Amino acid sequence: MGPMPARTLAQKLWDSHVVRTGDAGAEPDLLYVDLHLVHEVTSPQAFEGLRMTGRHVRRPDLTVATMDHNVPTRGGVRAADELSRKQMEVLAENCEREGIPLHQIGSRRQGIVHIIGPELGLTQPGMVIVCGDSHTSTHGAFCALAFGIGTSEVELVLATQCLPQRRPGDLAVNVDGELPIGVTAKDIALGLIGRAGTSGGVGHLVEYRGSTVRGLSMEGRMTLCNMSIEWGAKAGMVEPDDTTFKYMERRPYVPRGSAWEAALDYWRSLPTDANATFDHEIELDAAQLSPFVTWGTNPGQVVPITGRVPNPRSDTDERALRYMDLKPGTAMADIAIDRVFIGSCTNARIEDLRAAARIIHGRHVHPQVRALVVPGSTTVKRAAEDEGLDLVFKAAGFEWRNAGCSMCLGMNPDILAPGERCASTSNRNFEGRQGAGGRTHLVSPPMAAAAAITGHLVDVRELV
Amino acid sequence: MMPLDRADVDTDQIIPKQFLKRIERTGYGPFLFYDWRQQRDFVLNRPEHEGAAVLVAGANFGCGSSREHATWAIRDAGFRAVIAPSFGDIFRANSFKTGIPAVSLTESQVRHLIDLAGEDPTAVIEIDLEAQEVRGEGFGYRFEIDPFVRECLLKGLDEIGLVEHHATAIADYESHRLEWLPAVK
Repeated sequence: MGPMPARTLAQKLWDSHVVRTGDAGAEPDLLYVDLHLVHEVTSPQAFEGLRMTGRHVRRPDLTVATMDHNVPTRGGVRAADELSRKQMEVLAENCEREGIPLHQIGSRRQGIVHIIGPELGLTQPGMVIVCGDSHTSTHGAFCALAFGIGTSEVELVLATQCLPQRRPGDLAVNVDGELPIGVTAKDIALGLIGRAGTSGGVGHLVEYRGSTVRGLSMEGRMTLCNMSIEWGAKAGMVEPDDTTFKYMERRPYVPRGSAWEAALDYWRSLPTDANATFDHEIELDAAQLSPFVTWGTNPGQVVPITGRVPNPRSDTDERALRYMDLKPGTAMADIAIDRVFIGSCTNARIEDLRAAARIIHGRHVHPQVRALVVPGSTTVKRAAEDEGLDLVFKAAGFEWRNAGCSMCLGMNPDILAPGERCASTSNRNFEGRQGAGGRTHLVSPPMAAAAAITGHLVDVRELV
Repeated sequence: MMPLDRADVDTDQIIPKQFLKRIERTGYGPFLFYDWRQQRDFVLNRPEHEGAAVLVAGANFGCGSSREHATWAIRDAGFRAVIAPSFGDIFRANSFKTGIPAVSLTESQVRHLIDLAGEDPTAVIEIDLEAQEVRGEGFGYRFEIDPFVRECLLKGLDEIGLVEHHATAIADYESHRLEWLPAVK
């Protein structure tokens, strides 16, 4: 046998999960799924499909459910509306019947599905992870091949624990250099999408590489991988290293003792081989990045906070300007805001809350602004309260809420009123995303915090 | 044809989130492009396009959220296919599961179809999955489609059944998984 050909980490992950190699042309590869995450919104029809065909969940022990999209973030555990209540009840019934562990609203470990997976140590390097949610790419920060699927695929994975898949291409994003002060992982993501475009990653598994990525915390890597879908990538991944292992050690589902050592050996074999090649590469110079803010209605419509609303270059731009009620040439820092949302699977981990709290400490929310902090999980909330972060937020005039998806997508009572403008740490500035007629400007947690204080979009570097 | 001359149409527009709370798989037609339909001149409200069976749209159609409700809404509103220069990956996968082919043509071919539908709302096209061709009067555009997907669409195959067919391979794979991988008891 000759030497193994050089492989990317994506290829290694793929190879190790092929249950059955597809026949060239006819059938795709059949991949095994190590972890299937389930939530209330995209699963009821899948369970119903199983019931109608007399099927059951093949591996309830590799399936974990949580309630996040619909949950209210204050006022107890009852959903605000009948349909949400029903959807949550149905999830509880389905999990009960199929023996799937469920982190119910009100329970100790409940939270946004992409926050609790890593937090519990369920997300580990080398795994294939799927969920009926496009931000499943978040788990790629741990070197897992993780991607969102639709409800029919949820049903397929529940029934078989497998998914037929064609191998996407390999794309490397090389980020090198030191991040300037005030620039975060969120800004890397926004800067990248601004450059690559909203469909620049379609059909590719992305590996984020380079010294800047190696220097990011796990929280930062999760933010970066989370936004992979916003430029169309199938998945985004980072090679595992000591930062990864240190984050994971002693979390509830992480192996211990000799199994931990065996796992470490395996995880250290996963990084891309030195002479492996990618189909495409994108280079980003970290030193050239600045805090970014979106001006339009997709995440690619983005400029540095020091910039201005650009002249429209397409019908899409013109429609976005109309929807956002903005005029070309306006300085981004002159745009007044009504609301601030710090939360979501993109930016609601403990480090995000710390970064926001550092800006807010000793200051007050602008009188024209209503500001909200929604921890990504009940665990994050407890950790933040242990550090006294809740007091910092509350003293400044922020509302301190319970864990959930909240205003990222407005499937719960947290929504913008028509015409309201929000600086948001979430991932999508689509029309109506945070509430019909609402206007979203995507920013990092420190930038959102700074906007809350000043009442307009502002360069956070002026406040540090 | 229904000409939706917009790029980057995300699934939040195709079906806004308030309609994702239903637990049924059908009945989403009235909610298709719900917010955009509030504008009277929106193309889906125009009587001349009523009954259109093919939605023709700009690049990166169906980007964003994984909600399969988007393809259910398109189906329930009476569409049988979507044509665009490119699609979001998850949307494309969902559309095939819903039995709605997501057909990619070039930018200029899609432009032609959008212009054609605008000029002559009665213009008819045929999407031939077998021959992988979109045909109309005086043109025929070949398109690529995954052969497995094409087979499933043409024969109406049950994908779960197909995968279950490989039960032995799945069980064999399971018997060799690393023993320390997480499992929730």
